[in-house]
Amino acid sequence: MADFFFNTTLGVILLIVGQILLVVVPLLVALAFLMYADRKIWASVQLRRGPNVVGVYGLLQSFADFGKYIVKEIVVPAGADRAVFFLAPMISLVMALVAWAVIPFNDGWVLSNINVAILYVFAVSSLEVYGVIMGGWASNSKYPFLGSLRSAAQMISYEVSLGLIIIGIILSTGSMNFSNIVYAQDGNFGLLNWYWLPHFPMLILFFISSLAETNRPPFDLPEAESELVAGYQVEYSSTPFLLFMIGELVAVVLMCALISLMFFGGWLSPIPGLPDGIFWMIAKMGLVFFCFSMVKAITPRYRYDQLMRLGWKVFLPFSLAWVVFVAFAAKFEWFWGVYARWGMGG
Amino acid sequence: MAQTDYTRHAKYWLLYDFYLGFRLGLKYMLKPKATINYPHEKGPLSPRFRGEHALRRYASGEERCIACKLCEAVCPAQAITIDAEPREDGSRRTTRYDIDMTKCIYCGFCQEACPVDAIVEGPNFEFSTETREELYYDKAKLLDNGDRWEAEIARNLEMDAPYR
Repeated sequence: MADFFFNTTLGVILLIVGQILLVVVPLLVALAFLMYADRKIWASVQLRRGPNVVGVYGLLQSFADFGKYIVKEIVVPAGADRAVFFLAPMISLVMALVAWAVIPFNDGWVLSNINVAILYVFAVSSLEVYGVIMGGWASNSKYPFLGSLRSAAQMISYEVSLGLIIIGIILSTGSMNFSNIVYAQDGNFGLLNWYWLPHFPMLILFFISSLAETNRPPFDLPEAESELVAGYQVEYSSTPFLLFMIGELVAVVLMCALISLMFFGGWLSPIPGLPDGIFWMIAKMGLVFFCFSMVKAITPRYRYDQLMRLGWKVFLPFSLAWVVFVAFAAKFEWFWGVYARWGMGG
Repeated sequence: MAQTDYTRHAKYWLLYDFYLGFRLGLKYMLKPKATINYPHEKGPLSPRFRGEHALRRYASGEERCIACKLCEAVCPAQAITIDAEPREDGSRRTTRYDIDMTKCIYCGFCQEACPVDAIVEGPNFEFSTETREELYYDKAKLLDNGDRWEAEIARNLEMDAPYR
């Protein structure tokens, strides 16, 4: 049996497919409930009840929505480029899912433990913008096009600062492997060992940038219901729309996972003595997701020029300065070497 | 040289407004909901609430309407149509009393105009239908409404009586 799975081509393929399903299926099921949680939190802050009819406390709302999207008619605009039109949502979803290949959920629980994991994630999530651009462009319609233009500029602007922030983390760790980044945060002081403390301003910047990167409020200009109806999604219906929605939410959860791994020590236990494990990873992701939802509930949308100003004139110089600072702090082991962790992990 | 507002800068960089917003959001999250669970719970209604129309009867079972057509005359949407003839016992009654509920604006003038409290707007507001035709109410439907809602209508009229 072991021989079949490790030595024959078919066996290896089956093994890999099995592993992929093991990541993707729980992720998508969790996504349904995260969507529900998101709506519930949003509703609570606005003193509404949120979905509460389908299933107990409305828990099955996402599945009902799923069913609804699937059975609806797919409308293709008359002048649309059909191939690109249908490719866009698929790219959006696939790129969001593919990034999960390198995310470790626990010590060694990772599909592909590659050394450039963090670069891989950002390379793949940069490609997500193509889904949005293609979707808006292929629709052959004004609002989607405007939405996708906005989105392209926005996602590219904030990727720059995201990239600079991860450079700080990489400098501190001496490795681009997520497992090593987590190992580097291990220590005797539990949660005080994690990167959120030495890299604190970057945690905030990363969080805000990831809001912009995933088109979440207050940076949901590509969708901007009030002006652009729903931005690049206007002409989409049924399953393609569903794919966009799932892709967007998967990207959000991916950002939660990244924040947990890079700033909150992944699967490490916050209190010394308690066992590490996947439970901590999930709890941290849940906490970050809660913050995402709360931000959605409490913030108004940014104006476009404010968004660009924040990205280029505040985040970019600040994160650039931080990279320089971390470089010096790591090289000369300032602050008792908290910025130089490569002896511990990588 | 322009004055620099350091407090404002500090607030900006420390995300003070977001901190306040987050706290307020959490506070509101734990508050009781402002919305009600509609089909299961319903909000309070004033006794003056003007909902679905009904034609009332006297306790003896005799219909109140005497076909004076004041309601028809006052109706600003001209939603009411009345035909009348003397009945076999000589009393004047309607042979037709139609209200087009799709025209009605629920102003309540008909019940104000009625000298015998025959046409009233009851407390029922859940009478949506799937076809337009079902909203063309005739006399039978209105009398039926009156029979069904008489208890509530009578109570509401009594509660509102001191203010009239």
